[in-house]
Amino acid sequence: MTQTATPVVQARGIVKRYGHVTAIDHSDFELRAGEVLAVIGDNGAGKSSIVKAICGATVPDQGEILIEGKPVRFTSPIEARDMGIEIVYQNLALSPALSIADNMFTGREIRKEGWMGKYLRMLDKPAMEKFARDKLTELGLMTVQSIKQPVETLSGGQRQGVAVARAAAFATKFIIMDEPTAALGVKESRKVLELIQDVRARGIPIILISHNMPHVFEVADRIHIHRLGKRLCTIDPKDYTMSDAVAFMTGAKEPPAQDAA
Amino acid sequence: MSEPTNPARSGQEFEQDLNRSDARVAEFEVQNHTLLDRIQHLLHNNPTLVPVIVLVLSLVAFGLIAGGKFFSAFNLSLILQQVSIIGILAAAQSLIIITAGIDLSVAAIMVLMSVVMGNLAVFAGVPSGFAILVGLAGGVGAGLMNGWLITRVKLPPFITTLGTWSIFYALLLWLSGAQSIRGQDIDTEAPFLKFFGASFDVGGARITLSSILMIVVFVVLWYMLNKTAWGRHVYAIGDDKEAADLSGIRTDRTLLSVYGLSGFICALAGWASIGRVGSISPQSFYEGNLDSITAVVIGGISLFGGRGSIMGALFGALIVGVFRSGLRLSGVDVLWQVFAIGWLIIIAVAIDQWIRRVSA
Ligand SMILES: Nc1ncnc2c1ncn2[C@@H]1O[C@H](COP(=O)(O)OP(=O)(O)OP(=O)(O)O)[C@@H](O)[C@H]1O
Ligand SMILES: [Mg+2]
Repeated sequence: MTQTATPVVQARGIVKRYGHVTAIDHSDFELRAGEVLAVIGDNGAGKSSIVKAICGATVPDQGEILIEGKPVRFTSPIEARDMGIEIVYQNLALSPALSIADNMFTGREIRKEGWMGKYLRMLDKPAMEKFARDKLTELGLMTVQSIKQPVETLSGGQRQGVAVARAAAFATKFIIMDEPTAALGVKESRKVLELIQDVRARGIPIILISHNMPHVFEVADRIHIHRLGKRLCTIDPKDYTMSDAVAFMTGAKEPPAQDAA
Repeated sequence: MSEPTNPARSGQEFEQDLNRSDARVAEFEVQNHTLLDRIQHLLHNNPTLVPVIVLVLSLVAFGLIAGGKFFSAFNLSLILQQVSIIGILAAAQSLIIITAGIDLSVAAIMVLMSVVMGNLAVFAGVPSGFAILVGLAGGVGAGLMNGWLITRVKLPPFITTLGTWSIFYALLLWLSGAQSIRGQDIDTEAPFLKFFGASFDVGGARITLSSILMIVVFVVLWYMLNKTAWGRHVYAIGDDKEAADLSGIRTDRTLLSVYGLSGFICALAGWASIGRVGSISPQSFYEGNLDSITAVVIGGISLFGGRGSIMGALFGALIVGVFRSGLRLSGVDVLWQVFAIGWLIIIAVAIDQWIRRVSA
């Protein structure tokens, strides 16, 4: 890991309040080039909140966010997406009545070539369906009957697969995955972990939020421990055990004195 | 695939057998055991099937009851003509309902814009074509006003359009002085306003241009909703607006375009109504809002948004027309026509609820 390179994401002093609830309380955040950063923390610690602030799904009340050293102020997830940032939301953000292919391409549909696409704005459905099928097959998630099937007729795990495939297919800068394996079976979880390693091998860093410690320790290069709305510390999984991590996360044990990690 | 080198980091023990596990993907058995389940799934995938079946059955039934009088080419084309204005309004209404909204002001926009066209062309001596353009632009403006209140001021569609219904209605009474513009005056001053009242005969059928306009409006909207990205976004917004937002749709902009387009279609219906009615009456189509919603609901478009095909609304409008005509020709009192339509609405909504409970 090159320690000197500019971090891909650098956030400082982020604050987000919902009425009386402070979801993010002056938290810092750092994602480095080429790494898998796991984010762990209790329910309600603010993990989803901080990644949403990073990808423009919510606008933080205070603090600054730098992407590759440049300050950004996203007001919508579309702006983040235009920079090549993809996120798998915890609640997936799919449109149940639309097909798998439609869902994979929402907001970036492919139009037919020639006048049909140009003047009649006709969608190139075969191309979108082929792409969607290929991506799902890569993930080993083609356990669906048809790519034209509405998402609401899929199982919870299959839906999660669609959301993961969508993010992996389009990301060029980094991917955020908010509990991407929560609904997946053993085999499908393994596929997603392999996908995470593939994406890292392509040089694209990943933020992985997960409650599954074995998964976290398997793929993470660093672990960001979130507690009570802010970053408590980051640890190297090679230096600590899972029980250490859980102890820091729950407050049972004092975090290590924060070094550069 | 990067093979983890360190065995301590290569996954959980119980996963070690995965490589030897059955590599086949899950094969879905069709588990719709009962006939009823299968019907439910079929309707879920094809929401327009119900109105099509009802339309065909009612045509057959009234054909048997009322005989040749009903089933003549002339009567069938008359039904098409009678439903044309409400049909066009229903197309505008469908757009809004697919976004999980509702528009109580459609008929008021329509009549208001027909009054605007009439006043300009008949009394102010403005060329008809220009008067019509002003009316159509006014329709877009009225629709955008609804859309602006809903997306920017964030008011619920029901209340917003209840308010604008009154506003537009008051405006049209003021502009018209509560007086109709007589057919003769339109004929002498601005006959082009009655363009969509023209008709031609094929076989025994009399095809009115307003009927053709209705069909064209539906076909164009069907194309836009099903074959363009805009249409997919309209459905996604009606389905789950928050998810649509997060997955990169500019939801407010799309909603605004839906309301603007819907207002345009209402104004188009206003122009067509001049030909259809023969005069411009501020009192006409007072129940047009509700009639349009009736057609949409009977057409199997879900009031909860995101579901149903726009063609359903065309079939819904036709079903209402077939019932009216069939019952009248069978000599049944008007009150029973109203009674029958009421039951159709309730049954349609019940079927929609049932379809939505389809198991994943
Ligand atoms: N839209 C919102 N409105 C009000 N409060 C919110 C909202 N989103 C999050 N919160 C609050 O912010 C806090 C942090 O929530 P967040 O979803 O970030 O937790 P989390 O760490 O992702 O938890 P989990 O592990 O359960 O996913 C919670 O107390 C939650 O109630
Ligand atoms: Mg969360």
